[in-house]
Amino acid sequence: MPKVIVEVMPKEVLLDPAGKATARALQRFGDGEITDVRIGKRFEITISGEVTPKLLEHIAEVSKDVLSNDVIEDVISIRVAD
Amino acid sequence: MRVGVITFPGSLDDRDALRAITLAGGDAVSLWHGDHDLHGVDAIVLPGGFSYGDYLRCGAIAAHSPIMSEVVDAANKGMPVLGICNGFQILVEAHLLAGGLIRNDHGSFIRRDQKLRVDNIDTPWTSGYTQGQEITIPLKNGEGGFIADDETLKQLEGDGLVAFRYLEVNPNGSLNDIAGLRNARGNVVGLMPHPEHAVEPGFGPDTPAAMSSGTDGLAMFQSVLAATVLS
Repeated sequence: MPKVIVEVMPKEVLLDPAGKATARALQRFGDGEITDVRIGKRFEITISGEVTPKLLEHIAEVSKDVLSNDVIEDVISIRVAD
Repeated sequence: MRVGVITFPGSLDDRDALRAITLAGGDAVSLWHGDHDLHGVDAIVLPGGFSYGDYLRCGAIAAHSPIMSEVVDAANKGMPVLGICNGFQILVEAHLLAGGLIRNDHGSFIRRDQKLRVDNIDTPWTSGYTQGQEITIPLKNGEGGFIADDETLKQLEGDGLVAFRYLEVNPNGSLNDIAGLRNARGNVVGLMPHPEHAVEPGFGPDTPAAMSSGTDGLAMFQSVLAATVLS
């Protein structure tokens, strides 16, 4: 069955405490190449039947209304998995 | 006067809220997230806790519960609605209040007796306080950092929609020290700290007078009883 991948990230302007803590942990490795980490979410949505433009429109709608909160997050991509 | 408290899967402080309403002199009514029925209540409290395990975002899944369509409808018609902690997060996710709540800036869960200033008393939940009154009630959250874009923030401040502000310590990085908000109409109020945990001597925050004697939260529940009698 086809899958649609939706990716959501916290807005650039917002502090991402989880990302910041992770960045500090990663900086203990390597030679200081890693300067920042931001943590987002990836949703894998399984579809019954065919992925139509109408269905993608529907997924875009629920991505905006449910999967993300536009006050704090952006939907950065919606695509059909290979 | 019937005040409903909605229990969601993962609600934690629903029974404390019911008890606070009873102590204030109201009839406390348990409501269930899966019903499409407000059982004739005159006001609604969305309690604290971790609805749906904070999955997706705090309050996000609860905001789409069956009963929330009735809550949004009632709120838009003017019924008093109070959201405490996770209840505040649910109101924000349901777009009944502005802005958003994100992980505390220091990354840790925090629990403390928190001093607040009541910044707006023109609501059915705050009318029992005096303007600018300083109160102390417990705070306990991991994701209580209030944020909003500059335009929204300006509007909230300009229209006097900040209901409560943190004093002395900003415990979670909230912008403008915002601890609680009201909507434009004033019937919907949300705050991160917990008034229902400061309603009974012996079980509240410490005061200069005596240990655990703080009852600064009780006026919130008494306010709504007085307000609904008048309306």
